[in-house]
Amino acid sequence: MSPRILLESRDLVRRFGGIVATDHVTFSLPEGARHALIGPNGAGKTTFINLLSGVLTPTSGEIFLDGANVTNWSARKRAHAGLARTFQINQLFADLTPIETLMLTIAERENAGAAWWRPVGARTDFVDEAVALLAQLGISDIAHHRVGELAYGKQRLLEIAVALAQKPKVLLLDEPAAGVPEHEREQILDVVAALPKDVALILIEHDMHLVFRFAKSISVLVNGGLFVEGTPEQIANDPRVRQVYLGEEEVNV
Amino acid sequence: MLTILLDGIAYGMLLFILAVGLCVTLGLMNFINLAHGTFAMAGGYLTITLMQKAGVPFLWCLPAAFIFAAVLGLVLERTLYRHLYDKTHLDQVLFSIGLVFISIAMVDYAYGANQQIVNLPDYLTGRFSFLGASIGVYRVFVIAICGLLVVSLQLVLTMTRFGSRLRAAVDDGRVARGMGIDVTRIFAVTFAVGSGLAGLGGALGTGIISFDPTFPLKYMIYFLIVISVGGTTTITGPFLAAILLGVADVAGKYYVPAVGGFIIYTIMVVVLIVRPQGLFARAAAK
Amino acid sequence: MSAITPSTEAIRARAVLLGRSRWGVAEIIFWVLAFACYWLFPTKLSLLSEIAILGLVALSVDLVLGYAGIVTLGQGAFFGIGAYAAGLAAKHGMGTSLWSDPVIGLFIGGGVAAVIGFATSFLVLRGSDMTRLMVTLGVALIVDEVVNQMKWLTGGSDGLQGVLPSAVLGIWEFDLFGRVAFVYSMVVLFVLFVIARALVKSPFGLSLQAIKGNMLRTRAIGMPVNARLVAVYTVAAFYAGVAGALAAQTTQFASPDYVAFHRSADAMLMLVFGGAGHLYGGLLGSIIFRTMQDVLGNITPQYWQFWLGVTLVALVLFVRGGILGLLGNMLAAWRRKGGAS
Repeated sequence: MSPRILLESRDLVRRFGGIVATDHVTFSLPEGARHALIGPNGAGKTTFINLLSGVLTPTSGEIFLDGANVTNWSARKRAHAGLARTFQINQLFADLTPIETLMLTIAERENAGAAWWRPVGARTDFVDEAVALLAQLGISDIAHHRVGELAYGKQRLLEIAVALAQKPKVLLLDEPAAGVPEHEREQILDVVAALPKDVALILIEHDMHLVFRFAKSISVLVNGGLFVEGTPEQIANDPRVRQVYLGEEEVNV
Repeated sequence: MLTILLDGIAYGMLLFILAVGLCVTLGLMNFINLAHGTFAMAGGYLTITLMQKAGVPFLWCLPAAFIFAAVLGLVLERTLYRHLYDKTHLDQVLFSIGLVFISIAMVDYAYGANQQIVNLPDYLTGRFSFLGASIGVYRVFVIAICGLLVVSLQLVLTMTRFGSRLRAAVDDGRVARGMGIDVTRIFAVTFAVGSGLAGLGGALGTGIISFDPTFPLKYMIYFLIVISVGGTTTITGPFLAAILLGVADVAGKYYVPAVGGFIIYTIMVVVLIVRPQGLFARAAAK
Repeated sequence: MSAITPSTEAIRARAVLLGRSRWGVAEIIFWVLAFACYWLFPTKLSLLSEIAILGLVALSVDLVLGYAGIVTLGQGAFFGIGAYAAGLAAKHGMGTSLWSDPVIGLFIGGGVAAVIGFATSFLVLRGSDMTRLMVTLGVALIVDEVVNQMKWLTGGSDGLQGVLPSAVLGIWEFDLFGRVAFVYSMVVLFVLFVIARALVKSPFGLSLQAIKGNMLRTRAIGMPVNARLVAVYTVAAFYAGVAGALAAQTTQFASPDYVAFHRSADAMLMLVFGGAGHLYGGLLGSIIFRTMQDVLGNITPQYWQFWLGVTLVALVLFVRGGILGLLGNMLAAWRRKGGAS
């Protein structure tokens, strides 16, 4: 029996004016996947993630989430259906605290976000869950600080915490370690490695250490199209992939 | 009919000259300057003062108004406005409304709240008959001057080095900066010229619209309509919008005085909802 | 599921989160003082009722602008709509029927404003600050035009005459000294304030702050952003409408001045004076704004306008977050100093 496919794109195309940013990408992600999406700068990785998560609408093609055709669903509806993502550039609430951010996310997940008659914190089960999540990511110490004042690495961890608070089936991580200083990097790698096994994961990353440490399968995206797909060993030894990266003068392997 | 059309066009062209500086400010620095009318008022009151107190001929007042408003704009840009570019839109709105209030109070204090009337020179008053319509000489004069300005603006923007740099900066400030274009200086110059044009418009306007200290507040709405309908990516967009607004306003006041304002505001809201980037703007290229 | 005793961190988090909605001493003092004005300034009661009403409008702007981050220049429209709706109800109720009951009038004013607020809320869901500014301003201008043109209903520029509300709850007649008007306005303000306070400290309120902070992320976590914005815009319109109703009832008059542009601008300025996003910002702002206007405006109107302009410019350039922001910064500086020594 083949594993359940949680996320799928069929012939996905996105054009911006004359530029084809996503070029007929057909792709599927099974349960429990640890999949890395790599490719040179401008290959269309973030566009692809934006299409999957509903920030952009495709020019043509279809997207399926756990069997349902979600092509025309809003980002919000996809989030409720179990699709969570982090952003390459932090998209957080600068004026809230991490605990508030997670309380908010949990409340939305449980459809309790519009409650206006009871104070935040009245749902003690939400508080406990938020506290546990912060502990899981090792950022309990900054639970009550203003997010806007946190160190960059802590914000990156909060990005992941928010996505996890959605209890997703599929998690899209868009360069989780991008721009993180070396001494905070290890913490993020540990967090990514320890993500729940039942969540299907897509990781966009430039850091090949992270990719090869973590991924069980890899897709290479070039000029918006799927260039090659395979196991880490296959990709590492594929001369065409080397060619693409050498052409970009960006070999981190 | 023709009379109204021509009056409308003259009024619309005047609105364009008054508002064009604002389009560039908004498009270039993404800055909401509600105090733009202050510069027009400065030009208008300068003309009134020069003519009434010093007996300066009207035609000399026009360049004087331009220079006065441009210098005022430059000074304010260098001292105050530049601190506001990286602030929120709300802050920009509050700041510029504050400037409007200050200017209104100062003009009110100096000149009183009465409407000011200018006696135009004889050769600009009077009417003549054309195709059976009675045409005011001053309207033709305004159309000629404004038309000249529009053409020269368009030429400056498309033909000169400054123009191409300005357009690059409007299109994408960051890229322009990266290409070594001094956006800050371009903006200071543009701000001054835009203010100067508003001042010139104010001076020209003394013959058409009545001036009282609440001018910046009253006309703020018209300016905002021009830029929100016309968009900020070109100058032809606001130009068409201004003509349309001018004709609609004059015709509306003439034919359907009861609902004229209503129609204009409704069109504005509809345009804003349907085409937030402006009715005549190029489709945003991304 | 086994019952797990919450960790110390969880207990602390609960305390921190719930502590934000507890009433502070300063708040209680504020409201005691506000009501005590009845005895403190018995000759200034009509001005004080007016301040309470303006405070309510500023509170309504705070919900939209301070919390949800929607730049609006049109709250005066809802104020005016509420004033005319309640005024018309009282006028045609002839001081006897249920229609002229003031409390019912509040619901009429607030209700009509809320319906129009709901309908126009869909216009502010999209677009930049500039678009929203223009759209809210445009709606306010349209309302202004309609009020001026529908002379048969609104009395046009003469205003709505003969607004005669009956006694509040059938007991307290409005008196010449504005005593009933003051207590009535203050009670309404207080009740609506308590509701607004609960609202902004709830998950709903938190979601508004999140929308203001980052709309992209709120959608990504599955929040129905549009529904929230529609809801808060409608509630705010209701608040402004109630304020308008109060104004019409206590002054027994409604005029086009109630829907004029300066109403919207003033409401926003009051909020910014006090500090947006603080609940009390609008209230403090309306006190300072109206008092300044009263004192300076009595010298000459230009004087008031000039200093209003200077204050605004100074506020934007030097003070972040209005009076409350200033107080907050001073408090923080004082604490830091205290901690260092």
